[in-house]
Formats: sequence, C-alpha cells, structure tokens
Amino acid sequence: MAIIVSRKERFLDKLYIPALLVGLKVTFRRFFESLFLGRTMTIQYPEQKREYSQRFRGEHFISVDANKVENCTSCYLCQTVCPAECITIIAEERPNDQNPYGVRKEKRPVRFDIDALRCCFCGFCEEACPKDAIKLSRNYEMAVETRAQAFYDLDHLKREVKGRG
Amino acid sequence: MDLFEWIALILKLVFVLAAVLNTVPIVVWFERRGSAWMQGRVGPNRVGPFGLMQPIADVIKFIFKEDFVPEQASKFFYHAAPVLAAVAPLAAFAAIPFGSYLIIGDRQVPLQIAQLDVGILAALAFAGLEVYPVMLSGWASNNKYSTFGALRGSSQMVSYEIGLGLALVSMLMIYGTLDLNAMVKYQEQTLWGFLPSWGVFLNPVAFVIFLVAIFAETNRLPFDLPEGDAELVGGYHTEYGSTKFLMFFFAEYIAMIMASSLLITLFFGGYAPLPGMKAGVDVLASALGFGSVGTQNLWAVVQVLSMIFKVGCVMFFFVWVRWTFPRFRFDQLMDLGWKILFPLALINLLVVAIFIAMLGG
Ligand code: SF4
Ligand code: SF4
Repeated sequence: MAIIVSRKERFLDKLYIPALLVGLKVTFRRFFESLFLGRTMTIQYPEQKREYSQRFRGEHFISVDANKVENCTSCYLCQTVCPAECITIIAEERPNDQNPYGVRKEKRPVRFDIDALRCCFCGFCEEACPKDAIKLSRNYEMAVETRAQAFYDLDHLKREVKGRG
Repeated sequence: MDLFEWIALILKLVFVLAAVLNTVPIVVWFERRGSAWMQGRVGPNRVGPFGLMQPIADVIKFIFKEDFVPEQASKFFYHAAPVLAAVAPLAAFAAIPFGSYLIIGDRQVPLQIAQLDVGILAALAFAGLEVYPVMLSGWASNNKYSTFGALRGSSQMVSYEIGLGLALVSMLMIYGTLDLNAMVKYQEQTLWGFLPSWGVFLNPVAFVIFLVAIFAETNRLPFDLPEGDAELVGGYHTEYGSTKFLMFFFAEYIAMIMASSLLITLFFGGYAPLPGMKAGVDVLASALGFGSVGTQNLWAVVQVLSMIFKVGCVMFFFVWVRWTFPRFRFDQLMDLGWKILFPLALINLLVVAIFIAMLGG
C-alpha cells in the first residue's frame, strides 16, 4: 500500500531558486577541487593500476615443482567441477624420469586446455584441485588478438607466475 | 556602397564567422573536460596537450563514419534540416553588435554586420527559425522517436517563446528602442554612480525569465526533451549520422553562442566593459602616445574582448547548469512555461510599465 507523504513547503522552497543555487554551488566546488586541487577519482589506467585484493581471481596458471614438472595429476576434479565446462584434459601415465617421488605423480596431462572465453572465473577449479596445481593468478589484463589465443594450453598455463601474480 | 564598405563588410563577416566557428570546438572541449571536473573525473586528456585536440579527433571520427540515409526518409527535408539548423543561428549574428566602431583612415567602421534599426527583431526572427530544423528532421526521418522529439521540441519552443517575448518587451520599454547598438549605449551609463546600468540590475525578473527561456530555446539541459537521450534515443536527430549529425552538433553550440550574445546585449551591457574602464584605457592610450583615433581603436578592441569574455562566462554557465540539474518531465516543463513564466512575465511587464509611467519616461 502506498503511503502518501506530504511535505510542508515554504514559499522559498516553492520558488526552487535557492535549491537550484545550492546545486550549482556543489558542482562549482567540485569543479574547483578537480581542476586546481587535483582531487579526482579517475584512475589513469595504463599508467596507473587499481590495486586488487589478494584473492582476486584472474588468469589461470598451473603450479610446477622444483623440476618444472607440473603438479597436476590429471585427476579430472577440476574438469568435473567446472560449471562452464571449459577445461579439457587428456591424461596418460607419467614417464618415470619425470616422477622422482614414486607413487605421488603417476599420471600427467598430455593436454590441458582452458577456454578462457567460456570461463566465468568462479575459482571452483582451484578449490577442487587436491594438488594445488591449478590456480588463478591476479592478472586481469587478458586481452588477446585472436580467439585462439584465449585458448590456454599447457605451455601457457605452466608459465612462471610469482606469488599469485 | 563603395569599395571600402564592401571590403569592411566582408572582413567583418569573416571575423564573426571565424570567431563563432572557432569558439565551438573550445566550448565542446570545455563541455567534456568541464563536465568531468564537475563530476570529479579527469575527462579526455590524451589527445594533444590537456586534450585540446579532442574536438578535432571527434570531427575526424564523424567525417569517416558511414553516411547513412534511412530508406523511408523524405530526402529533401531530411538533408535540409541540418543545414537550416546551422545557418539560422549564424544568420542571427548579423544583427548583434560586438563593438562600437573602428576608425580607419577618416571613416568610421561600425563593428556590427548589419546596422539594423530593428536589430532585436531580426535576431529573434532568425533565432525563431531554430524550431524548423527540429520539426523537419523529426518529420522527415520517418521514425517514431524522431517524431516524438520533434513534437516535444516544437511545443516546448513555442511555449517558451512567449515568456521570452514578454520578458523582451519589458526590456524594450526600458530601453525605448529596438536597436541593439542603442541598447548597449543605454547600458554604458551608470546607476547611482557605481553600478553599471545593465538590464540585469534594472529588471532582474525579466532576466530570470529570459535565461530560462533561452535554455529551453537552445534545447539545453534541463530542457533537452527534444533530444531526450534516455527515452528518445536521440530525439529528432536519431536518424542522423556522420557529417549530418556533426552539423546538428555544431548548430547546437552555435545557437548557444548566439543566445548568450543576445542575453549579454540585453542584460549585461553588450560589448560595454565595466564603467570605470574607459578612463583606464584613455590613460593607457595616452601613455602609449595614441591620438584620438588610436584611442578609439584601442577602446574598440577592448570592447570586442569584453564581448568575447562575457560570452565565455555565459557559455561557462550553460555548461555548469547542464552538469548540475536533471531533466524536467514534459508536463513539468509545460507547467513551468505556461503556468509560471507566462503569468510572471505578464505581471513583470505590467509593473515595468507602471514604473515607467510614474517616472514619466
Ligand atoms: S574458474 Fe570456474 S569456470 Fe573457470 S575454469 Fe575454473 S572452474 Fe571452470
Ligand atoms: S589441475 Fe588439479 S584438479 Fe585439475 S586435473 Fe590436475 S590435479 Fe586434478
């Protein structure tokens, strides 16, 4: 049900002119502050970047161990959990020379593709992964020139990312 | 007319045209950066120093856009509208004086393109033509949004022309002339010894009405209902692209400059600088060793500069208002025009008439 609110308007309020002048004063003060005191909200993007949270979910990467071998064991958990169905893994047995830890990394991905155009950056893959292999870095500058470049393969995912990037 | 007058006329035409057309990019630049500053942003600052080349980049962008003509449009009127839009306010500049006179050789050159005795009527007649491009473009584009824009535009302009006209009549009664140059002469006097006798001090109510009316006439916010980007896409110029839109865009700013020149001439002493400045210029001229001719010429230059300065101030006000106030609803707009401004202008007219009769004018 609508409630009718009646406000008492004095003659001065009905003239509107005082209220208009107040509005003009606000914008003029803003004008002065931005022009002469440089108090603007704008982030001059390519030179100046916004500081995002440590938990920001950006471009994916796969962590590697000391021998530059990916930590992924092709368990398919990330592929299964992914709501956008953008991860495609093909698994095979890992050669023994790549597997100094014995039983811990028996399988390896032959192909590990992420279609970043479909990804919704939910971070479920990262949560599901038992090996902390797939992770989302904090890089948000993912513009590419062709669609094929937005299709991340294993080489791209294994790139070096410091901290969380 | 002899050769001298022809040359003087052509030079004046070129000067006015160049001054007006060159003011437009500056105002457009200021509109974009000024609006940004008023909203705590930075605005376009990448093209050229301080983003000053931005209007040029805009123009180049418009020129290279596809020149699209809707299938169902009536071609002649569709193309005539932007031309008319730009020409009508430019023609009105002919009647507006931008300085007293220069002395060249032994002849006086008045700084006004057409010395009309009924200058104000000529200016208003051309300004009144501005409703035609809105109607023509809206009708000719054969698009319902454009037609709505044109409907709104024509009813709005007709409504506000009444308030504008009545405010003007009260000023004409005070000045007792239709000649814009004579009005400026009148405003060069002082009031009670210190205040310049500008129209705004003589008749502030007429000033407010006139100010509101020219905002409505030039389709500026808060009266930009004919364009109404939010609900009418672009109003009457929805179907216009590339250079044709550019013409409308230019025309809007030319009309603003025209309206502010008229406002200044009627209410802010036209080209007349502040009253004390004449003595200052005289001192400067004698210090530089100018004769009476040189003094007058220097004075004329100061007058032109003061006109440009005043137009600049009013343009700043236009931009300032645009980025401060939200748009009216259409019925509120009509209410304001017919129920408030119209009676107010009538009463004001009556009061002014009684005053003049009592003072034995
Ligand atoms: S972030 Fe979400 S959508 Fe993207 S790959 Fe991981 S699980 Fe799939
Ligand atoms: S990235 Fe993690 S979750 Fe995905 S297949 Fe490899 S080990 Fe399993």
